[in-house]
Amino acid sequence: MSLDQPMGTVNDVPRTAPVLEVQDLRTYLYTRWGTTKAVDGVSFSLGSGETLGIVGESGSGKSMLALSLVRLTPEPAGKIVGGRVMLNGRNVLDLTDRQMREVRGKEISMILQDPQQSLNPVFSVGDQLAEAIRVHDRDLDDKLIHERSVDALKSVHVPAPERRLKNFPHQMSGGMKQRIVGAMAMAYQPQVLVADEPTTALDVTIQAQYLRLLKDLQERTGVAIIVITHDFGVIAETCDRVAVMYAGRFVEEGPVEQIFDHPRHPYTRALLESRPKVDLKSTRLQSIDGQPPSLIDLPIGCRFAARCAYAIERCLAEYPPWFEITEAHAAACWRSEEVPWPSP
Amino acid sequence: MAEPLMVVESLSKHYPVSEGQYGGRTVGYVKAVDGVSFTIEKGRTLALVGESGCGKTTTARLVLRLRTPTGGTVKLEERDVHQLSGADLKWFRTSVQAVFQDPWASLSPRMRVRDIVAEPLVANHRVSKDEVRERVGVTLEKVGMQRWQGDLYPHEFSGGQRQRVALASALITEPRLLVLDEPVSALDVSVQAQVMNLLKDLQAELGTAFLLISHDLATVRYVADHVAVMYMGSIVESGSVDQIFETPRHPYTRGLFDAALPTHPRNRTEKLEIKGEMPSPLNPPTGCRFRTRCPQVMSICETVPETIEVAQGHRVACHLFTPEWS
Ligand SMILES: Nc1ncnc2c1ncn2[C@@H]1O[C@H](COP(=O)(O)OP(=O)(O)OP(=O)(O)O)[C@@H](O)[C@H]1O
Ligand SMILES: Nc1ncnc2c1ncn2[C@@H]1O[C@H](COP(=O)(O)OP(=O)(O)OP(=O)(O)O)[C@@H](O)[C@H]1O
Ligand SMILES: [Mg+2]
Ligand SMILES: [Mg+2]
Repeated sequence: MSLDQPMGTVNDVPRTAPVLEVQDLRTYLYTRWGTTKAVDGVSFSLGSGETLGIVGESGSGKSMLALSLVRLTPEPAGKIVGGRVMLNGRNVLDLTDRQMREVRGKEISMILQDPQQSLNPVFSVGDQLAEAIRVHDRDLDDKLIHERSVDALKSVHVPAPERRLKNFPHQMSGGMKQRIVGAMAMAYQPQVLVADEPTTALDVTIQAQYLRLLKDLQERTGVAIIVITHDFGVIAETCDRVAVMYAGRFVEEGPVEQIFDHPRHPYTRALLESRPKVDLKSTRLQSIDGQPPSLIDLPIGCRFAARCAYAIERCLAEYPPWFEITEAHAAACWRSEEVPWPSP
Repeated sequence: MAEPLMVVESLSKHYPVSEGQYGGRTVGYVKAVDGVSFTIEKGRTLALVGESGCGKTTTARLVLRLRTPTGGTVKLEERDVHQLSGADLKWFRTSVQAVFQDPWASLSPRMRVRDIVAEPLVANHRVSKDEVRERVGVTLEKVGMQRWQGDLYPHEFSGGQRQRVALASALITEPRLLVLDEPVSALDVSVQAQVMNLLKDLQAELGTAFLLISHDLATVRYVADHVAVMYMGSIVESGSVDQIFETPRHPYTRGLFDAALPTHPRNRTEKLEIKGEMPSPLNPPTGCRFRTRCPQVMSICETVPETIEVAQGHRVACHLFTPEWS
């Protein structure tokens, strides 16, 4: 089962059919200090072959959202308290743990934010791949498992795969570890791949190689990808659509070019303007003062209002509904019409 | 051209590598820094860029006198910093300060912010309590904080604020040179801009020179005046920020820029990809160290390239630019 073989299904599935539909998802963390509303009513859908980027600053709930989709929220603090995660028409939240283990890897896979977490330091790469394969194919003999492992490593362009199988995680570079984690996540050709900060720890040249690899995998298998990042560069390079997350909620969503050219939420705009550019000498960066609100004690109005240059009284008093800009582009901001476009 | 503040010449640091994990026979050397030369001008910023493991932090440690070089010299205002003693050492410690990457690890959790900020001052000067209090207050204000915040502890601050505290502490002795090792990479995007703007303002106001270490090219373009690109312990190209970003010459520099992520989805391009990974530093390629990954490799690359000045102040160590080839 090599990923190098084109799959018949890719062309049969219309690009628009959603494989994943998330509705009003809420994931709370119950801690000593109170209830952290890490994911607080998030909805989106994802078609096969599509790449959705989720961007937001540290602590906005991106990882909790991703972990909720594969039901791996931290125990015992994390609880999915509401909403639905429809994967191929089935609500993942209704599955038993056993059913979920079958679904994970085969229908939806996740690459964790820290590759160290996905790799056990005391087992070789070969042992860990074999383990991942046995979850789904209990009856394979050692020879077939070996063949599949080699194929999986080849699919992520690991040089000398036979030799790599004998390596332990500490013997590999960060880029190589990330590839191995990718091979494990893609071994069963899931329809959805959730990649949480897949390249933050990598050098630019290795990052470019890895993002190219994800694109290749997508072209070959039609996998839908969710890329989680705080870096608009990653979004610009890989995504078709973007959702901007702030304090547990999406505040803007739209096609990637529209988000870059005509952001309609002041937060999106401020984030875009605060980045220095490689291809242009900037004279002054716009900075965003203040900090996001505590997820334990959220304001009733817009969560960005306290830091927002456009805030009016209404923003503090009432949470804004979604305002549709085009069919595919919407922003949750009372003043979305008035936000000026960023300088080119 | 501004006056030189620090001149580094043929600087090297080779770490011995031993047989077993816990010592034993030396089996080789990691040439973490190998023959690096550069000049930092007064009040200006020189950025060192390059991939993980290329020797940036080692260079910083040598410049800061935290390591003894295997060879070469570091001169601050014409004095060899590794030969200093007595009162001259105090002069060095107040003239050169550093801020490191991790705002969580670099501040002592049990000290109040005002004591953290005051430390380099009281360690090197005899100053009265009142004067310390005043200097701390002024310095906190310089980095955009308020005097009363000096009573707080580091854990009461966000990452960006902690980086301000670290900056205040580094600036209190009014150093001539500030070494900044990845000062914003641990911070949130929205906060990075604050700290970068602050760095530029402080430089304009105080005339402090910066040695900025960063792997983020966009940050470098925004903050630096001069850039040196490192690969496996050596500088492969250096020049003004405009020379490096607008007319990069070395295939490695060009590859780095090409690999950098686009600022807009319209600018996605087929990349001139640098293949593979950096070879093991224990066993570096002979000749040009980049030749195993270079898209333009030639047979002559098995010999070490000389550094050629291709334009005024713009230097490249690559055979493509040696006279007999170009
Ligand atoms: N195991 C945990 N127990 C309790 N609270 C947690 C736990 N993990 C995360 N949180 C809290 O949940 C909120 C959302 O965290 P999350 O990790 O989803 O953020 P993120 O957007 O992924 O941030 P980053 O960009 O830093 O990875 C934060 O307030 C965080 O402090
Ligand atoms: N104390 C040491 N003993 C042995 N080798 C070392 C030591 N410190 C650094 N090295 C090696 O020297 C080389 C350069 O390391 P250095 O930390 O200077 O790189 P860097 O450019 O700062 O990388 P990064 O971007 O990851 O911080 C690396 O190969 C590293 O493993
Ligand atoms: Mg995260
Ligand atoms: Mg370093």
